[in-house]
Amino acid sequence: MDLNETAGMAAFRGEVRGFLAAHRDDYAGGAARDVRAWQRALIGAGYAARTIPREYGGYGAEPDILKSRIIAEEFIAAGAPRGMAGQGISMLVPTLLEVGSEEQKKRWIAPTLNGEIVWCQGYSEPGAGSDLASLQTKAVEDGKDFIISGSKIWTSTAAQAQMMFCLVRTEPQVAKHEGISYVLIPMDTPGIEVRPLKTMTGGAEFNEVFFTDVRVPQTSVVGGRGRGWFVANTTLKHERGMLGDPNATEARLGALIELMKSETVDGQRIIDNPVFRDRLMQLQGRVLSMKFNGLRLLTSQLTQEPAGIAGLIVKLQGCELNHQLAALAIDALGELGILYTDGPHLRAHGRWQWNYMFDLGLIIGGGTAQIQKNIISERGLGMPREPKPAVA
Amino acid sequence: MDFSIAADQRMMQESLTRTLAEASSLDRVRRFAGDLSDKGGDIWQAMADFGLAGIVVPEAHGGLGLSLLDAVLASEALGAAVAPVPFMGVVLGPLALLRGGSAAQQAEWLPKLASGEVVAVAAISEPIAGARDGAGVQASGGKLSGKALFVPGGMASGLLIVADVADGLHLVRGDAAGLTRRLMKGIDETRRLAELDFDNTPAEPLSGGPELLAALRDAGWVLVAADSLGAAQVMLDKAVAYAKERRQFDRVIGSFQAVKHLCAEMAAELEPCRSLVWYAAYAFDAAPAEASLMAAHAKALTSEVGRFVARTATEVHGGMGITDLLGLHFWFKRLGFNRQLLGGPERVREIAARLQGLAA
Repeated sequence: MDLNETAGMAAFRGEVRGFLAAHRDDYAGGAARDVRAWQRALIGAGYAARTIPREYGGYGAEPDILKSRIIAEEFIAAGAPRGMAGQGISMLVPTLLEVGSEEQKKRWIAPTLNGEIVWCQGYSEPGAGSDLASLQTKAVEDGKDFIISGSKIWTSTAAQAQMMFCLVRTEPQVAKHEGISYVLIPMDTPGIEVRPLKTMTGGAEFNEVFFTDVRVPQTSVVGGRGRGWFVANTTLKHERGMLGDPNATEARLGALIELMKSETVDGQRIIDNPVFRDRLMQLQGRVLSMKFNGLRLLTSQLTQEPAGIAGLIVKLQGCELNHQLAALAIDALGELGILYTDGPHLRAHGRWQWNYMFDLGLIIGGGTAQIQKNIISERGLGMPREPKPAVA
Repeated sequence: MDFSIAADQRMMQESLTRTLAEASSLDRVRRFAGDLSDKGGDIWQAMADFGLAGIVVPEAHGGLGLSLLDAVLASEALGAAVAPVPFMGVVLGPLALLRGGSAAQQAEWLPKLASGEVVAVAAISEPIAGARDGAGVQASGGKLSGKALFVPGGMASGLLIVADVADGLHLVRGDAAGLTRRLMKGIDETRRLAELDFDNTPAEPLSGGPELLAALRDAGWVLVAADSLGAAQVMLDKAVAYAKERRQFDRVIGSFQAVKHLCAEMAAELEPCRSLVWYAAYAFDAAPAEASLMAAHAKALTSEVGRFVARTATEVHGGMGITDLLGLHFWFKRLGFNRQLLGGPERVREIAARLQGLAA
């Protein structure tokens, strides 16, 4: 146990701080003045696309978990945006690097990194949620092409995206995990229709995408025909890590403490109410425990030892905690918490209310809480799977 | 950056666990629990032979000179074994002497504590958990008067560290005049609590006042948290093992999601506690500015999670869970005891808020 920073890492931290100080005008107010230019600047300095090889448009550094962490910490401390973070960058690019052909890497990675191409993910279907491998969107061979029909749901950024990475069934006759292929589809191909999916937040953070005889060349398959399930699983692990980020949770706790110190009811600060204060302290203890759980995971990454249960619980506990922080904020707001549209009494543009609703979606999405408990008990505790019902 | 338990620390903990399996088996614990004349002398001797008595005593005074993190790993093993060892005083006694004792006091007591010849005990409940039934100790002219309640191991100690009502600390010899001990029979029969009566009892003051008391409190909180962590982990492990074995409806019950989700919830709650306890122990030695807050949260969170695990693991065992035959109740009661000792979670969290200026 030694949490001191080496001189080399302290120097690196200094470099990151220097960069952020020199570019303060580019991100005043927490958002980039010019998103594409900011992304280029970050890649140039090695603070985005850091470990992606230069030949594919990245910065080309060796992977270094500690440096990545320092970058994340300093950007949060400075309130600086981390550059582009869509599913193309976070999920497709790592997948292509792992299993894509040389031609696919050359063609797609650089324009994705610099923001020319926005991607969306076509995984879930109305009939294939937790049981993703039962997906039915089919791709039928037709000469050198596939003809795709079916539909996808929970597709974020489908309306803005130029491209989709998508799971389709190419081999209906084999076992469900083995008949799936991972294909790249231009969103302007004839036969694709995108419909916004309005959620309880009032926004349409997701879409439905319908495919009617959509023609794509067979060369769009990534990682080999029938290998799509395994290709997708290389990316899902990136997504689950993203959903339980303790830095973001700690930042939210900080905002909640400020809220409870500044809001008053009958002239008394919320923080001075012992019931609210105790609820806050309960959550603080949990946030700290997840923060140190994160340090433990970081150490096991560095030493390349299996993290075990400490890793399996991050999505379940992190998403739950974020939701509870939003819930306490709304209770602290009391009747102010039932406002939602802009007006003289609304706080923080309704951000807490939005989080409270949106984060419930995150508890469900990316592997529901119940699926997470299956994973923890089966992989972490070695408990048996639920037996399949006997086929009649 | 290394947030992990070093290999030698891990080995020490595993070795202690093996020693406890012999010296403090469940059968041995049962005998101790059922017989008040059983002082557990053989268990204490095994701990002293292991070196546990001097774990935080500097090597110059005959101890192992280890850190609070090492002591915390030992505490976790003791909790796992529901061992009847008054370990808190083993750590708080030397700490009080090292931080608040004179050179002469250190020279007199530390070697005896390190060898296990003298057992130290801390009577600090009132200023930390709050005074019940009018308890409290007054200090005046080198004499103590009044009552201290809920003193773990207090029936047998050779050296007492006593907090007075003004947060001052004192050394009292176990055979001092005017000192009366009375057993407080608790729910957790693996621990023996004492009510101490002081009647103009001679005492030697320790220096340090409230700061020393806060350090003893923080170390005590982290040790209790680690004891709970160890006890709760065993309850979870036993529940999982039972669920993999017990069959109903032609299946092991661990294949029912209703059962395995309970186990997953226990694991998901307990695992982050481990990291928090480690950090709180590390902070005690390496990051003093954060130490009190982290100790408070470690104590409060393991209390909450300990209660959840104690209840849920018992439930997974079905009817067997509540029987004396299985003995799961020793862990259940240990966790219940730890929750209240040195302040329940509500009180500890209020102190956590105060430490950050969030409460008056």
